[in-house]
Amino acid sequence: MYVYDEFDRAFLAERVAEFRDQVGRRLSGALSEDEFKPLRLMNGVYLQLHAYMLRIAIPYGTLNSDQLRRMAYVARRYDRGYGHFTTRQNIQFNWIKLDELPEAMAALAEVGVHGIQTSGNCIRNVTTDQWAGATPGEYDDPRIWAEILRQYSTLHPEFTYLPRKFKIAITAAPQDRAAIKVHDVGLRLHRNEAGELGFEVLVGGGLGRTPFVGKLVRPFLPARDLLSYIEAIMRVYNQYGRRDNIYKARIKILVHEIGAEEFSRAVEAEWEAIREGALKMTDEMIAEIRGRFLYPDFAALTDNPPELVEALKDERFVTWHANSVHTHKVPGHAIVTISLKPVGAPPGDATADQMEVVADLADRYGFREIRVGHEQNLCLPNVAQKDLPALWAALDAAGLATPNVNHISDIIACPGLDYCALANARAIPVAQEIAKRFADLDRSRGIGRLHVNISGCINACGHHHVGHIGILGVEKNGQEFYQITLGGRADEKAQLGTLLGPAVSYEQVPDLIEDVVDTYMELRAGPQELFIDTVARLGVEPFKERVYAAH
Amino acid sequence: MPLIENGQIIEDRFVRVTDEDALPEGVPVLIGTDRFLKEAAALKGRQAPVGIIWPNNRPIAEIAPYLDQLSLIALNFPSFRDGRAYSQARLLRERLGWTGPLRAIGNVLRDQFLLMERSGFDQVDAVKAADADAFDEAVHRYTVFYQPATPDERPSLLRQRLGRTVSGVPAGVPK
Amino acid sequence: MAAPQQQKLKVNGPVVVTANRLTDGAVVWRTAAGGWSAELADAAVVTSAEAAIALLAGAQQRDIDAVGAYVAPVLLGADGAVAPGNLRERIRVAGPTFELPH
Ligand code: SF4
Repeated sequence: MYVYDEFDRAFLAERVAEFRDQVGRRLSGALSEDEFKPLRLMNGVYLQLHAYMLRIAIPYGTLNSDQLRRMAYVARRYDRGYGHFTTRQNIQFNWIKLDELPEAMAALAEVGVHGIQTSGNCIRNVTTDQWAGATPGEYDDPRIWAEILRQYSTLHPEFTYLPRKFKIAITAAPQDRAAIKVHDVGLRLHRNEAGELGFEVLVGGGLGRTPFVGKLVRPFLPARDLLSYIEAIMRVYNQYGRRDNIYKARIKILVHEIGAEEFSRAVEAEWEAIREGALKMTDEMIAEIRGRFLYPDFAALTDNPPELVEALKDERFVTWHANSVHTHKVPGHAIVTISLKPVGAPPGDATADQMEVVADLADRYGFREIRVGHEQNLCLPNVAQKDLPALWAALDAAGLATPNVNHISDIIACPGLDYCALANARAIPVAQEIAKRFADLDRSRGIGRLHVNISGCINACGHHHVGHIGILGVEKNGQEFYQITLGGRADEKAQLGTLLGPAVSYEQVPDLIEDVVDTYMELRAGPQELFIDTVARLGVEPFKERVYAAH
Repeated sequence: MPLIENGQIIEDRFVRVTDEDALPEGVPVLIGTDRFLKEAAALKGRQAPVGIIWPNNRPIAEIAPYLDQLSLIALNFPSFRDGRAYSQARLLRERLGWTGPLRAIGNVLRDQFLLMERSGFDQVDAVKAADADAFDEAVHRYTVFYQPATPDERPSLLRQRLGRTVSGVPAGVPK
Repeated sequence: MAAPQQQKLKVNGPVVVTANRLTDGAVVWRTAAGGWSAELADAAVVTSAEAAIALLAGAQQRDIDAVGAYVAPVLLGADGAVAPGNLRERIRVAGPTFELPH
């Protein structure tokens, strides 16, 4: 966990004071809505269909229990008692009032939480692996580098009014859980042959209207050069990114239009001029940031303690354990995913009560630490295996032990037309209906890993392009329709899904998804072949034939 | 439109002259880049100071050969949401070594004063009179900065948290 | 449903002007008296593009009470009751279409 000091606290308090002043000027009329909008956005405040929405950053997905408890407080005191965890390691409150926002922000700032860089055309909250620091096989803890980028990018004077928003993701494990290939900049931390730590740098990935997988611009960037290289990228983008058309303003379009090579040349030229400058990081600087991440004082434990062995006689526990518990790098410990996808509930939502339960359980069993992943689930990264039975019982009692992680009912969905002012169609009820169809655990376990992603419009907040099954809401003659894609993936083999066929109506979606799944079950080479692999082997044609013949 | 330099409202000595109009003798002028480049040779002989409005879409490095001839550089914010001039300003200050006055013009509003100052502008041409009054407050909103911007700033990363280092406030004295 | 703010104004049927209240974001409708109401029933209903443009222009004059004003379709019942004209507007009136977490 990263420990904020006086410096960070002073900054946040000043930020809250600034926003309070801006809200005051807006309410008095000194600021027009046009002038105010970018300012509120820079603090994570949107205006949605029925209310303002406050988006709070959870930098690199790490929270301590006090922070989560404070979020519960804000949900209860200023909102309607719940919050929504997003695909970008943020939480959103949907019903907040403008005149109460400064107060809510002050309450959050007290525990080091804020909405800075969750919106606006700036460098956004840097995201990373929710298992960082706990998963085996990591080259380094990616959060250290995310924190360095957080500090660097916070209220950056040069890069606060970029052509468009800018998203950076980092992974440091062989398995990419941060979807780095579909970010403006994707950083893969690894070691070169000489054993030095550095980044593979991808630029120009992203979803939305014009989806791209990021392009390699540098295979190895020494880690200590991270900031100067990022600054070079940002400076090229800030000067040459398009500003004439909002749909062409992301860096992916610049990279696409001038080509990755030309782009990389421009970046390297800029980098040459600044790499030895003020942004060059010394070992001491890096060590200082590293030193402010506190790691749990793990006890010397062994795997499979008697408490766990005993509990594994209970079939319900076995099911949950097989599904939601993952290998930890320290013997006798485990990483636990907490599904926020109980069948029939809005994906990623947690009530204030649930947040408090999780915070308490983190205190008791998880070294006070909670993580948030882009799959819209929570995670306790550091749990002793002997505590798993008690943890499970408590989660189960709070409705937080649905053993469907990575199953078809673990759906990623954006808020859609039920909340979002930009939406074409609803996403949450579609997710709910699909989840109900696959509520039977034996059935969904038999299907295996299958990610369904739903977005309510082309902005792709639900990352539909990279869902194994992607569902995109579109509008046809005032009615909700949905385009289905198959074969997308967000991991280290990231690729965009292929369109299955014509869009179908709201009512048809669940049946169609069932048909797709039935087709997979028939066509798969065996129970070991995952949905995504069957689609890769056969393409979408066999699915298309079956599905559209049936409708 | 009050012109502010280092926190003080100042008289604008420079007369803005369009490309078509004749340059008045003996008065400092602020002219567009196209005209300047066309008349650069002739302007060398001019006694009174010349300032230039450098466009956002022209690489700022191209200004280098002319810096000696200039008494003022103005960079444009066509909208306060268009941030190209921030990069141009930093390059002017840090790469090209421009130490003369650097003016922000266009849609210049108080909520961007601090960013402008930290990017190297020392003059802002404020759109709203009330914003000029609030200049001091606007640029002193923060006592801490995370990243180095102007050359004498150090990033917090170095743990050398010197507090404010923007002009007018000595480094190391957090307000 | 493309964000209505970006749509060209085509009026074929009864419409109202709607926006969000500045202070809390609540959904409001423009009234005939030139104010805002949180009740759709109080909305001024017009049926021509001309009238809609005039209503909208009035609504946009001051952006301190309500923001993001736009023209939205409504349905008129036999008894003259006003109902939202599409799904987006129905959701703005009635809230999300599923049970909220509690
Ligand atoms: S994808 Fe579209 S509908 Fe969904 S949250 Fe993003 S902008 Fe809103």
